[in-house]
This record gives sequence, structure tokens and C-alpha cells, in this order.
Amino acid sequence: MADLTTAADRRAARTRWLLLAPALVILVFAASGPLLITLVYSFLTPGDYGGVEWQFSWSAWFNVFMERDIFEDTLGFSDAHLSIFWRSVKLSLMTTVLCLFFGFPTAYFIATRPKKQRDLWMLLIIIPFWTNLLIRTFAVVELIRNEGTVNTVLIALGIVDEPIQMLFTEFSILVGMVYVYLPLMVLPLYASMERLDFSLVEAGYDLYASRFQVLRRVILPLVKPGVIAGSILVFVPSLGAYVTPRVMGGGNQLMIGNLIELQFGQGRNWPLGAALSITLLAIVMVALMAYVRTAGDEDPRHG
Amino acid sequence: MASPFNIRRQTGFTTIAVTCFVLLYMPIILLVVYSFNSGNSIAIWEGFSWRWYQSAWQNEQVQEATVRSLIIALWASGISTSVAVLAALATTRTRKFKGQSAVFAMINQPLMVPEIVTAVALLIFFAMIKVATGYTGLAYLIIAHSAFCIPFAYLPIRARLQGMDLSLEQAAADLYATPFQVFRRITLPQLWPGILAGAMLAFVISLDDVVITEFVKSAGQDTLPTYMLGQLRRVVTPEINAISTVLLGISVTFVIAFTVLSKIKN
Repeated sequence: MADLTTAADRRAARTRWLLLAPALVILVFAASGPLLITLVYSFLTPGDYGGVEWQFSWSAWFNVFMERDIFEDTLGFSDAHLSIFWRSVKLSLMTTVLCLFFGFPTAYFIATRPKKQRDLWMLLIIIPFWTNLLIRTFAVVELIRNEGTVNTVLIALGIVDEPIQMLFTEFSILVGMVYVYLPLMVLPLYASMERLDFSLVEAGYDLYASRFQVLRRVILPLVKPGVIAGSILVFVPSLGAYVTPRVMGGGNQLMIGNLIELQFGQGRNWPLGAALSITLLAIVMVALMAYVRTAGDEDPRHG
Repeated sequence: MASPFNIRRQTGFTTIAVTCFVLLYMPIILLVVYSFNSGNSIAIWEGFSWRWYQSAWQNEQVQEATVRSLIIALWASGISTSVAVLAALATTRTRKFKGQSAVFAMINQPLMVPEIVTAVALLIFFAMIKVATGYTGLAYLIIAHSAFCIPFAYLPIRARLQGMDLSLEQAAADLYATPFQVFRRITLPQLWPGILAGAMLAFVISLDDVVITEFVKSAGQDTLPTYMLGQLRRVVTPEINAISTVLLGISVTFVIAFTVLSKIKN
């Protein structure tokens, strides 16, 4: 009998892997495999016209944060790279905070609508989430560019004489990222607020808490997993953003994503581009691990 | 306080929420409105016309990019949905198996790894293959799109499979149906809303992709989004608005259809 079940098990296992094989082949070929090759490339020497020489070198990893002064042959931190890293982290954090500022009340508003209305309100959040990121970024560009709607209105009203330069600044990147990533904040926040037990809120008021105290001491601790999940879901793509800073920053205000691209274009330093990519991936993985841990603590019904 | 005390209210929240919805939709609505502008401006309204839709329709580059986008999206959604159905059948209704978490990590990789990193990795890998084989056709884009569409196709299909009643399949098996017959006659008819939902999601995701396409495409292989990205550097006319509006229309239709499909009860 024992032999029979193991034979059946083995057959089941074989079927399972056969069914999985086509998906895994595609994923190895066009997702995980290339990632490993990128790791290898980060340890090679750049070729003269892009590409690589197959010669081991640490220099790409060295160049991620450091640079050698060509005149004095001294080592120092790479100011250009550090300022781009700093801008990426700063803008991503600001994006996260602003998304939380707008997203938290919005999710709360939806969660406190009558049950039948909620799906409709959520659909209004989901539609932008599934529409083209480039088009949404572009919609904001049209709004804030010099000849765009905001400036046209301001000039027509006589508030300013000439257009305010908003596009191609850090401010415009921030506006663009908040705009495109806001749904990512609202979705998990709503998921945890939807099952908020309002009898606890009521108990708070019965004990003479003010509205702010209830928010801070009752609601916030209960929806904390949603806050953390939303923050990470916004922070991670912000950090790796490429389209929004490219369109909004106009080539002056680079973020990590644009710095990576540069190495494969004008920079002609593929190993450095590969090393920067792996660095970005490592930061993102750390953030995602934090996310998985908090998500694991959540109620499994909504996992 | 004339109105009765509402425990659900928080000061200022409704104002911020309404502002949020207005800000979320105003740029999109303006984008759509100005696609119908008869003038060249994207901010000064001069009257209604279909002019920019006509000029986009007649623009050869737009035509080519549209056809290319559709070919890639159809192939990618077809391939990714087929393999996702098989993968979903393999990973639901079984006990925890060896290598399960590795499989899930691989399927979900396109969702977790930043797009720019995947794009660069594919650029490097496909550059090697292009040098070795000399082939520079659309297959690279189709394979790349198929890969990142897999999780989007897989998740709704798996959700559908998990919600299905096993007893019918067991009954069929008891009546000596072969596994294939069970799948064809019992599982598939119940699964189709999930498959359709997954395929539609994959189609939209492929149609909208910018970053990976931008890095993987060979010269002259612009899709609609990469064509638009290239155009943004030049003087922008409402033609871009017209193209955007059409793409928006497709996405919104698909999202609503997807929402309806995933609500269909067994």
C-alpha cells in the first residue's frame, strides 16, 4: 500500500512539473536568467563602444559610490552618484508621505460609505491604477507645463505675468509620482479600514476621547498594517521610477532609474549600469521583505 | 453641532478625499477634452473637432506602432494566459510541494523586481543573443512581454480555481473520465471567466508597457507607448492627446469588463 501511494505521488509530482514547465521556461529565459547575467556583467570590464570585455573587474561596483580623481589619483565619494541616490531616496520618501496624507483620508472616506457605494468608489481608484502610467504622467505634464492649463489660467487671471517654471524640476517629479502612485496607497489602506470595528471607535468616544484622540489611539493602531503596506507599495516603485522622472525631470533631474539608463546610452558603461541595477534591486528586496513580514501578521482572510 | 454626533466622521477627511478624487481625475479629463480641440493648443480651447483623431489615424508611424502594439499584446496575452492556466492547475489543490516557494517567487518576480532592472537585464541578455544569431525581429518583445504578463494572467485564474467546487471533478473522475476529459468538460467551463479576465489583464499590461519595450526594442520597433515617449521631447500637439484617449478608452473598458468577470459566480 505504501508503495502504491508513493508511486501515485511521484506521478502527481511529474504532472505538476510538466504543467509548470512552459511558464518556468519563459520566466527563466526572460526574467530570472537575464537577472543572473546582469549580476555577472557587473563584474566585467566595460567595452569601448558599449557591451563588455570578458575580464574580471571590481571597478563597476567600486564606481557605484566612489570615484577616482583622474588628476590627483585620489579616491573620493562620487558626488554625482550620491546626489542622484539622495534625490531618489528623498523624492521617494516625500512621495510616500504625500500619498499617505491624501490616501489615508480617501481610504477612510470610502470605507465609511454605505456598503453598496464602496465598490463604485473603489472602482474610481482602480481605474487610474490600471491605466497607462505614461499617459497619466503626460496628463500632469499638460497641466503644469509653461503653456499648460495651470499657467494659462494664472496668466489669464492676471495673477502672474509670465509662466511659472514647474516642469523639469524636482517639484514636478514629486507631483507626477504622487499622482501615479496614489492608488497603490489607497488599495491596501482600504483593505484594512474596510474591516475596522467601529464599536471600538464608539467605545473611545464613550470614554470622552476627542476625534483626534480616537484617530491616533484607536483607528491608527488598528489600520497600521495597511499604512505600512501602502507606504512600501508606494516607496518601492518610486525608488525605481524611470518614466516619470524622465518625462517630468527633462534630463536634468535624474533618479536612479535614469542613471542606470545613462550607462547603457551615452555612458557606455554596461558593468556600472549592471551594478547600479543590482544595487537598486537589493534596496527594493529589503523593503519588500519588510512588507512580507507585516503582511504575514495581517488577518489571513485578506492575505 | 446641530447634526447628531457621527462616530465615523473625522474632521477634514471628506474634504481631502473629495480633493483627492478631483485631482485624480482632472488631468485625465482635461487630456481627453483637449484631444477634441480644433486648435494646436493643449490649454486654450478653440472649438470641437475630430481633427487630431484624423491626423493620428493618417500618421504612418502611429499606424505602424499601433499594429505592432496589437500584435505583441495579442501574442503576449495568448502565450502568458496559456502557460498561466497550466501553472495555476499545477499549483492549486495540491499539498505544499518541494520547490513551491521558489516557483511562486519566479512567477511573481516581474511584480517585485523594478521594471528598469528587468529592462536592463533583458537588454544585456538579448544583446548577446542578437550578436550570436543575427535575429532582430519582434520575438524578443513578444517573449519579454509574455514573461511579465504571466503573474497578471496567473493570479485571477488561480483565484478562480481556488473558489471552485471540487466535488464535480471528483464525481467525473469516479465515473472514469480521463484527467483531460475532466479538465475539458468540468474544469474549463467553470474556469473561463478567470481565463478571460487573466487574458484581458495581460493584454492591457502588454499594451501599456513602456520601460521594458523601450530597452528591448530594436531600431524601428516602436510600440504606441514608446512612440509617444519619443514624441514628448518635441512640440506636443493634441494628436498625442487623441492617441492617449483611445488607449485610455481601451484600458477603462478592459478594467470594467475585468471587474464584472471576476464577480461572476460559479
